[in-house]
Amino acid sequence: MFATAVIVFRETLEAALIVSIVLAATRGVAGRRVWIGGAVVAGVAGAMVIAGLTGVIAGALQGIGQELFNAAILIAAVVMLAWHHLWMAVHGRELATRLRRLSDSVREGGATLAALSVAVTLAVLREGAETVLFIQGVATSEPLHNVLSGLALGVTGGAALGALLYLGLVHVPVRHFFRVTGWMIVALAAGLAAQAARFLEQANVLPPIVPQLWDTSPILSEGSLPGQLLHVLVGYRPAPSGLQFICYVATIATLIIASRWRSTMTGRPRQAQAT
Amino acid sequence: MRTFLALCCFAVAGAAFADDPTFEIAIRDHRFVPNEITVPAGQKVKLIVKNEDATPEEFESKRLNREKVIPGRSQATIYIGPLKPGEYPFVGEFNESTATGKIVVK
Repeated sequence: MFATAVIVFRETLEAALIVSIVLAATRGVAGRRVWIGGAVVAGVAGAMVIAGLTGVIAGALQGIGQELFNAAILIAAVVMLAWHHLWMAVHGRELATRLRRLSDSVREGGATLAALSVAVTLAVLREGAETVLFIQGVATSEPLHNVLSGLALGVTGGAALGALLYLGLVHVPVRHFFRVTGWMIVALAAGLAAQAARFLEQANVLPPIVPQLWDTSPILSEGSLPGQLLHVLVGYRPAPSGLQFICYVATIATLIIASRWRSTMTGRPRQAQAT
Repeated sequence: MRTFLALCCFAVAGAAFADDPTFEIAIRDHRFVPNEITVPAGQKVKLIVKNEDATPEEFESKRLNREKVIPGRSQATIYIGPLKPGEYPFVGEFNESTATGKIVVK
């Protein structure tokens, strides 16, 4: 049961932390709970469909279907997070002001909520599909009640850490709040972009450039809990390739520059913006 | 991002059909057979992992920076390297207690 719980926990953690960051980042936007809750449900439903199609996806495109599929999902999630970040460059100040006055939520946030909901659905779908496959496998050799209690324990553990992160975030003082969530969104997007790069390398679609820039696995293994948290939050990888590193840095640089440029274009003061 | 996507398209179009050295590993009863293979250093290597079990497995190696779900009774291709000499452990994440192995690069 515990072996099952540990693996389910690992798979749930990434999705749970992304949901928490997104929930925090959309604080003050009307209708966010419905949108993001719906996105999680859609993600779980999608995960079951994708798990059923794993054989088909894996066998497609001369055996690199799974990598291309994962890379496409990750790139789509990065685009959605980027969209939100650029929206915040314009609306961040207004959100922060309203949050400070505890006044109405912002009503014109529909587009960014939609973008973030897609990112959440994709995250839940990707991690969820692996969990469903794993559970199906274990269920063939272990008694069902063991499997189910392992599943419940793992999901609860992942969700609890997500809830902790959210509670921590909402305690950040209002005047720094959207700057902090903005940085988290940027780091998240960069980590996902690097993961997409890794899948394309694995499929031999893109060259690694340098196969291994460094190896910090003896110091901080990605299998450990801190390593795993850092992996989700800032894209930590103990042995990244040159390509992953470039994609990571390029995503951060692009988002910072584009967000500065957008906020300058709209002529608003910068103090309360996300970056 | 746009540059990155363009790069991807370009690379897909020209995806390598080169003859990379190929190695095979099977998964049988949640174990890798063989559980140790030796591959040449400084060269890209094509790894074919055949899952002979009915259950899915996730091939994973943090040091190789690779992970791939392999459905039951199917095979997966994973490209690795070019690598420096050394030992690169890998596991089957869904059955970590038995499914372990390593790639020795010489």
